[in-house]
Amino acid sequence: MTSNNTSPLIPLPASTARVVTLTGAVLALAGTFLPWTWTSAFPGDLTVTGYPGGLQVLTLVGAVLTLLFTLSGWGSPRSSEAGSGGRIRGLAWLTPGGTNSPVRLAALGVFGVTGYAIGAISYELGGLVNLELGGWIAGGGALLAVIGALALPADQPHDDDTDAWGRFRNAFSAPDPARAKDLPAWAEILIITAAFGIGLWIFAYGIATEYSELFIGFVVLAAFGFAAVLRAGLLKRLSALTAKHRNVTLTAAFAAAICFPFTQTNDQFALIGANILIFATVALGLNVVVGLAGLLDLGYVAFLGVGAYAAALVSGSPQSTIGVHFPFWAAVLTGVAASLVFGVLIGAPTLRLRGDYLAIVTLGFGEIFRITVNSLNGTSGPDVTNGSNGIPNIPDLELFGFNFGLPHDVLGFQLTRPGNYYLLMLLFTAVVVMVFRRSAESRIGRAWVAIREDETAATAMGINGFRLKLLAFALGAGLAGLAGSVQAHVSYSITPEQYQFAGSVPPNSAFLLAAVILGGMGTISGPLIGAALLYLIPAKLQFMAEWQLLLFGIALMLLMRFRPEGLVADRRKQLEFHETGQTDVPDDATLPEGATGVAKAGA
Amino acid sequence: MTTTSTTAATTTKVLDVTGVTMKFGGLTAVRDVNLTVNGGEIVGLIGPNGAGKTTFFNCLTGLYVPTSGTVRYKDTVLPPKPHLVTQAGIARTFQNIRLFANMTVLENVLVGRHTRTKEGLWSALLRLPGFKRAEQESREKAMELLEFVGLDHKADHLARNLPYGEQRKLEIARALASEPGLLLLDEPTAGMNPAETRATEELVFAIRDRGIAIVVIEHDIRFIMNLCDRVAVLVQGEKIVEGPAEVVQRDERVIAAYLGEPYEDTTAADSAAPAPAPEAPVADGADRGDAGDGKENDR
Repeated sequence: MTSNNTSPLIPLPASTARVVTLTGAVLALAGTFLPWTWTSAFPGDLTVTGYPGGLQVLTLVGAVLTLLFTLSGWGSPRSSEAGSGGRIRGLAWLTPGGTNSPVRLAALGVFGVTGYAIGAISYELGGLVNLELGGWIAGGGALLAVIGALALPADQPHDDDTDAWGRFRNAFSAPDPARAKDLPAWAEILIITAAFGIGLWIFAYGIATEYSELFIGFVVLAAFGFAAVLRAGLLKRLSALTAKHRNVTLTAAFAAAICFPFTQTNDQFALIGANILIFATVALGLNVVVGLAGLLDLGYVAFLGVGAYAAALVSGSPQSTIGVHFPFWAAVLTGVAASLVFGVLIGAPTLRLRGDYLAIVTLGFGEIFRITVNSLNGTSGPDVTNGSNGIPNIPDLELFGFNFGLPHDVLGFQLTRPGNYYLLMLLFTAVVVMVFRRSAESRIGRAWVAIREDETAATAMGINGFRLKLLAFALGAGLAGLAGSVQAHVSYSITPEQYQFAGSVPPNSAFLLAAVILGGMGTISGPLIGAALLYLIPAKLQFMAEWQLLLFGIALMLLMRFRPEGLVADRRKQLEFHETGQTDVPDDATLPEGATGVAKAGA
Repeated sequence: MTTTSTTAATTTKVLDVTGVTMKFGGLTAVRDVNLTVNGGEIVGLIGPNGAGKTTFFNCLTGLYVPTSGTVRYKDTVLPPKPHLVTQAGIARTFQNIRLFANMTVLENVLVGRHTRTKEGLWSALLRLPGFKRAEQESREKAMELLEFVGLDHKADHLARNLPYGEQRKLEIARALASEPGLLLLDEPTAGMNPAETRATEELVFAIRDRGIAIVVIEHDIRFIMNLCDRVAVLVQGEKIVEGPAEVVQRDERVIAAYLGEPYEDTTAADSAAPAPAPEAPVADGADRGDAGDGKENDR
């Protein structure tokens, strides 16, 4: 049934194809050093010779990636090129999985970015005539690279009778990498550190993109680059390493995250970072409820709101109806406790329901919270929350004499107000990550997953279903309250309209759920990544605010169609959605004792 | 065959069911059933499809609240809550396998240990000193059980990827993890081939030798004959006969329930006439009609 047909989409000899790809990539690379347009009216100033800027940098990076992947695949056993004598030493590690599909994806990325740049220049400046030679060279090179890459043989054989679409899809699939040789521990740790360094750099670059053209180019390149690295098998290798050194990974991730505010010079971008963390922390809290215990909660943002309102009321704001000013730790505890109580109060009657019914009831409670807060304004009810005016003028936090509202100098770097809050929030995120990880890998976490899998069987195993569901619900609520108490201070003021089911500003119930599902249910890194994407994309593309929900919906549908397990899949979900028909042979059978819980908590 | 020789090893009553009745609206699924199970005993529960066997199990384990009647486990009346029943010491398997499909084999058994461990959320979050020890102990016990049923080499596989027979074994291991005094097996050999059925028999004996009493629902009469010290027959929700397997098998009411009344049998005096060959008819009837249809009546 399986033939050995690896014939490419474009019929060319493999060695010719590789030379064409190389030439194209080099041309695109060279093109970025030439001016693309004559005027600096297009953002990023693409008029300078010898110094790439703006979108040119993205093309440059993409072209380098294409070059590396192409050279790495040179003479690989699978490419069946005549006359090639072995692979180039020192580059083979780049493509342990697929060799040619990463080239195709990277080349498409270059083509996408360059094509977008050319399109944007001619659209904004009024015609192709505004393009300079460099633009033509880069564009032509990118096209050439794509043609060459599509002419490279497929990584995985397909049947002779596969139709065009099947062959097209096959061209972008790749085999899994073989198990890596064990490196010395320090080298593995170094690799993890480097990977997180690169990750931080990419992330910081994305946040700091100053104009939307650059951000779109960034997203295009990042998406294709991510796919290329995935197909090359590098991510599999990396996740094998991170699973082996979990504490190092966590430390490296947080070290990278701590570095972030120091890389930002613009307050606005640091604030985006802080808001992403708030969003991500709440998403991670929701992940306890949805991802572990399997309780679909559509009103989760209400708990964030309860925490925020509780903290705001005791913050000492002049508009607060309670004239008290708690110190920070007490305000946080108040926020958590209020959310916890609210969670138990809502959970106790509703958690007797299962599945869809629970979803509807939580949706209702989420809206009840917002409407109630709106009504407690002194006219339609007692004056507690100032109704739709919310609670403004929430003072900045002060902790051990460290005022979060003022800039501080740390090691020669200036840390501004959003930077301060970012670091505070990071601490809370770390706490939530720890809570998630530790609870998931315990008797309680196993009971939650068991309830998610089959509640009847779980109760027959002696699990008190109601109590454990309530525990998950309350814990999730408490974590949201934790984030809410910081959010109130970061955003100066809170209003009921921030806590809707769906809206265009991210921390709302629909986006929270989307962040969890898009990122990967039941994992730690999944909701963090999902939340970052869902916050960043709307924040950066404000010119298309009207289309935002439509695009969001389309993106969600596409993702659910092609990657239902989310961006970061835990091993279980991967197996659940992509049935291979063969029994699973875990490749981590040699891992030390205690590694069996890895699948649940993800990377 | 060591079946009946060890019957009287312990004569303490493990399970004592008195007058359990279960009504669903106008339908009486189980009517006034009494059953006792002594320590170290294997009791069979047979009956045609729809006789109420699984419903009876569900009444015992608290999944259903019986309309009337009480269930005593070692002289304490059980509350009709599944988790409390398990905590008291009754474990069960399901007719249609209900594993936690997306958990690993080891995790499945660890879930079974839930009632025998006490570590709460705080202990897990703060990693209190007892946590690691309890976790380690649970793992060891779970691995020991997996070894007992012969699945220790597959501890890291997902439960859903096990072949059918091994899923049944895993369900038994998971039930044993709660350290029960009584194990309820609901059709443990449904859909198995003769060799697997033999292996299951050995497993059931091995469990009994650990001092666990067993009640088993089964349609495979040979299996019941080999295993059980006592057999109870449930027909249309009522227990019509109880006794040693050989006696029950020859009982004409049982034959009638499985095969129907003889056509000519109209006069009362004639009732003793059709004395069928022992063993064969009942076994045939059971095999033909009932083997391995997974009906979902325990929700």
